[in-house]
Amino acid sequence: MTMLSKLLTGASLALAVGVTSFPVYAETPANMLVIANRIDDVTTIDPAESFEFAGSDISRNVYSRLVILDPLDLEAGYKPDLAESWDVSEDGKTITFTMRDDATFHSGNPVRAEDAAFSLQRAVILNKTPAFILTQFGFTPENVTETIRADGNKLIITTDQRYATSFVLNCLTATIGGVVDKETVMANEVDGDMGNVWLRTNSAGSGPYMLDRWTPNDNVTLSSNPDYYGGAPAMERVIVRHVIESASQRLLLERGDIDVARNLNPEDIAGVSDADGIQVVDELKGRLMYLALNQQHPELSKPEVRQAFKYLVDYEGMQNSFLNGQYTIHQNFLPATYLGASDENPFSYDLDKARELLEAAGVENLEIEIGVREAQERMEIAQSFQNSAAQVGITVNITVGTAKQILDRYRARELDVYLGAWGPDYPDPQTNAGTFAYNPDNSDEANATGLLAWRNSWDTGGLTEKVDAAVVEGDREKRVQMYLDIQEEFRETSPFVIMFQQIEQSAMRDNVTDFSTGQAVTNAAYWQVTK
Amino acid sequence: MALTEDNKQRRPTRAPFSNHVWPILKTALLTLGSIAVTLIGLVFITFVIGRVMPIDPVLAIVGERASQATYDEVYFQLGLDKPVIVQFLYYLWDVVHLDFGISLLNARPVSEDIARVFPATLELATLGIFFGVVLGIPLGVLAAVHKGSWIDQIARVVALVGYSMPIFWLGLMGLLVFYGILGWVGGPGRVGIFYIDVVPSVTGLILVDTALAGNWDAFKNAFSHIILPASLLGYFSLAYISRMTRSFMLEQLSAEYITTARVKGMSEWNVVWKHAFKNIRVQLITVIALSYANLLEGSVLTEIIFSWPGIGSYITTALLSADMNAVLGGTVVVGLIFILLNIFSDLLYRVFDPRAK
Amino acid sequence: MADTQTLRQWLLTETPTSRRHAKLSAIYQGWLSFRSNTMAMIGLVILLLLLFVAIAAPLIAPHDPFAQDLGNRLAPLGTDGHIFGTDSLGRDILSRLIYGARITLYIVALVALIAPIAGLLMGTIAGYVGGWTDTVLMRITDIFLAFPRLVLALAFVAALGAGIENAVLAISLTAWPPYARIARAETLTIRSSDYISAIKLQGAGPLRIITKHIWPLCISSLIVRVTLDMAGIILAAAGLGFLGLGAQPPSPEWGAMISEGRRFILDHWWVATVPGLAIFTVSLAFNLLGDGLRDILDPKASE
Repeated sequence: MTMLSKLLTGASLALAVGVTSFPVYAETPANMLVIANRIDDVTTIDPAESFEFAGSDISRNVYSRLVILDPLDLEAGYKPDLAESWDVSEDGKTITFTMRDDATFHSGNPVRAEDAAFSLQRAVILNKTPAFILTQFGFTPENVTETIRADGNKLIITTDQRYATSFVLNCLTATIGGVVDKETVMANEVDGDMGNVWLRTNSAGSGPYMLDRWTPNDNVTLSSNPDYYGGAPAMERVIVRHVIESASQRLLLERGDIDVARNLNPEDIAGVSDADGIQVVDELKGRLMYLALNQQHPELSKPEVRQAFKYLVDYEGMQNSFLNGQYTIHQNFLPATYLGASDENPFSYDLDKARELLEAAGVENLEIEIGVREAQERMEIAQSFQNSAAQVGITVNITVGTAKQILDRYRARELDVYLGAWGPDYPDPQTNAGTFAYNPDNSDEANATGLLAWRNSWDTGGLTEKVDAAVVEGDREKRVQMYLDIQEEFRETSPFVIMFQQIEQSAMRDNVTDFSTGQAVTNAAYWQVTK
Repeated sequence: MALTEDNKQRRPTRAPFSNHVWPILKTALLTLGSIAVTLIGLVFITFVIGRVMPIDPVLAIVGERASQATYDEVYFQLGLDKPVIVQFLYYLWDVVHLDFGISLLNARPVSEDIARVFPATLELATLGIFFGVVLGIPLGVLAAVHKGSWIDQIARVVALVGYSMPIFWLGLMGLLVFYGILGWVGGPGRVGIFYIDVVPSVTGLILVDTALAGNWDAFKNAFSHIILPASLLGYFSLAYISRMTRSFMLEQLSAEYITTARVKGMSEWNVVWKHAFKNIRVQLITVIALSYANLLEGSVLTEIIFSWPGIGSYITTALLSADMNAVLGGTVVVGLIFILLNIFSDLLYRVFDPRAK
Repeated sequence: MADTQTLRQWLLTETPTSRRHAKLSAIYQGWLSFRSNTMAMIGLVILLLLLFVAIAAPLIAPHDPFAQDLGNRLAPLGTDGHIFGTDSLGRDILSRLIYGARITLYIVALVALIAPIAGLLMGTIAGYVGGWTDTVLMRITDIFLAFPRLVLALAFVAALGAGIENAVLAISLTAWPPYARIARAETLTIRSSDYISAIKLQGAGPLRIITKHIWPLCISSLIVRVTLDMAGIILAAAGLGFLGLGAQPPSPEWGAMISEGRRFILDHWWVATVPGLAIFTVSLAFNLLGDGLRDILDPKASE
């Protein structure tokens, strides 16, 4: 037989068996969790460098940190993890962590205070994208060997001024706080990169899972760490498969070839929620949708006008139609599930109230421009707002552009009104308070383009000082109250119309319990999942 | 009248090189030279595209929040401070050494990435062209032999439908019907979850790897995954191949020598397969090579719908995220294969075509 | 009445009296043989219908193609007043299809103008001038041929921004090399023919020879090729639309409509299928027409 005819016979044979014996309904093994997700944003899994969603998902399961956000109790905030306890000095500038002694890395090496110190120093020295989360405490490559140091089983961190302990610890729950195995990493150092190139594709953690393999744009395979100090996870293998199309993810889920589908669009969510054996789980995410009014505009800077705009949004109408299931009404700058988040939503769609306020301000025939990015939901929100504004005599012109075009004009303070989204960078209220309600120098020369308040030429009316005070308040309860107060004032005085908070909908087989994508504050966790 | 006469005059002489008898060495050198020039041109155009893309490769690496110092460091690291022509020459030098650089985004050598994604496309395209040839050629021959009959009409409809169908629509529908509803085939991806990495990757072709390892369960699973996208691609090349076969065959069947053969009482089977078909083999090779080359470019849409990690979606993803090393590497490999296939079909042409000797 | 009869006879004469007479006669005979090809006629009728629909869109569309009705979204086929149902924003799919015909024709017309003309220029110059010019131009053609087409188109669109015009340019950029090859092959054979030498002797310059004598002879094979390529062009434009790089919403371009509709393909299959069928029908019509044209204009390939 020639090669070709051999192949032919083989192929037709396989066709016969393939077609006849493929099971009608498949099921994943009981000790395996299979997730469909888009993972093409993973560019690196080095915790000092990783700043994307799918990459942070891997990190959270592979690297333990000093403190942890418990996926089953996210409201509780940070809890001890590799650090079993900590003490804060009198002046509030030094935190001393005591390391637990039973943790080991996947390599078998013990987890020491020295490893933790090395990990944080390394992130500061490498100075990659997420490094600002640590450097905002005054750590620099020059001083880091003194400000972050190990002493026996203690890790000692000294910040440049007094900060709220909860602020520092919240930042340490971020991906950048992952503790790496110093011995393993330094053994793979190339040209003084502190193992950066190696860690981009390999792992050296002590978390509940070990990374078997990350094949870009294809899959991520994790296997459980049997020696995990928190107890070996129930799911012995976790596979995250890259599937782009929502329809493909849904078919896989309905056929039982995967356990969780994370990127179903609202239509497919509606479709699977009727299907047998499938549940849909909603989780709030950190992204906020808001309108911002430029305070250089003579009319928009009037307090009554700012308030009027807050009554011109058809919150309920949008939430229940095209935003259904994807966004929920939220009118505060701290996303729900954040420390200090407020659930007060005082504004409703009220044209009469808006008209009253506009009359009081003496505004007539107002014509404004709204800048919006070319994204489906944003354009739809803009059109809805345009429609409402027209009914009180405000002409709204919508300018649609690419992200870059619109953002450039927003940063240059050129837009009358900006409609867009904001996502927090790290799980502490400071991340949003420090940009919505903080603007120490409102002059054009300050060019503080990173601050949303500055972009809208808003001097914050005294909130800047309150934000500064909240960030150094050591008492967690007092700090929460301070943020609630700031937000209350912000709602009434700010030129920001915060409208919605994003919801992530994951569809999964109904035997999957305790799956968590980390809500607004963190990333997906797998170790608590059971089937 | 004018038209038909022109046509006779204008009928191009086949295979221009057959008129010249050049020393083999000279031909070989010229061929190599033209490959080199084409490749350099290919690299150059891709390189230019990389420069005019509105995405900043430095920003793509360091992110928007990076300090100016970090930005500058990466900027120098990438050699972006040097004149464009120097950057191009550096790149060309590396390519000659088969070094496509490091992917800016996933920090792996591009050559490693290509070695992973290309076999996926190769496997799909080969099976696809296999279906296209095995079904397309007999269909074309039949249609030509029975010109005007219902077979011809059916063949025509099958081909024209293939030409006219939006592939992403057919792909999604096929997935819905054969996977979602009937469960006859495997779903998106190259293999089922349980078979990921169960056999060592020797060739990168899962069907071959599983067969080599003797893991027939895995082979069956991989086959159930590839069958649908491969049939889909096979159908599209079938449309082209069957149409071309038909028109080549018609040309031969109307030739005088066929009439002579028939008059001499040769069986129809022999007339068709031993004479007419033998003479169109050469032209068919060109056609098949061309559609194979098209499939090897990677059908981006098919790859997306079937979550197939092939070179088409690799280049597309890289392009949209400004990973120019990956784009350049992928393009050079695909272009090289296209050129090699062309040369290969030229060579076969010479071997088979008596006039070229 | 008598005139028509003689006209027919005049057109079918065996002994043309003038050059124009011969030309008209040839065209008429071509038409006669084309008319007997049912498939090709079907194709032609579909395309004429498309042209009519595109021109008369405002008159025949039952609704405004952009008018939204969120309360009546995703209505199924055969709904009262919406025979093809409605899309995700409650817009009438039939009306969008009808307006989309204009865009489809626009794409087709633009690409049909740009790509073959560019190819014709490159091919005839290369073929006529020969020597180094030929080598250089053909090398460039080869480079573009070897380039992965979708990558080229994607790169172009990504560089210039998404939109229908850029999509058309990008497709043209990938479509011209085959035309250049055909034009060059034709030019090579024509160039060496006796009558070109005769014209040369009369003192005609190269520009005149190319434009007046070579181009007209290349046209027929190019037309066949363009018609057969049209389906591919429509599908390529739709493919770019599918990837979000073609026509932008709310444009009722058919590819973009499929792309929008694919979100609902599992539950509301018609939203993507109706424009899919429209693309299919028009592509098919172009293919049928191209097949028929090839029979007349390029007998070698079909006989």
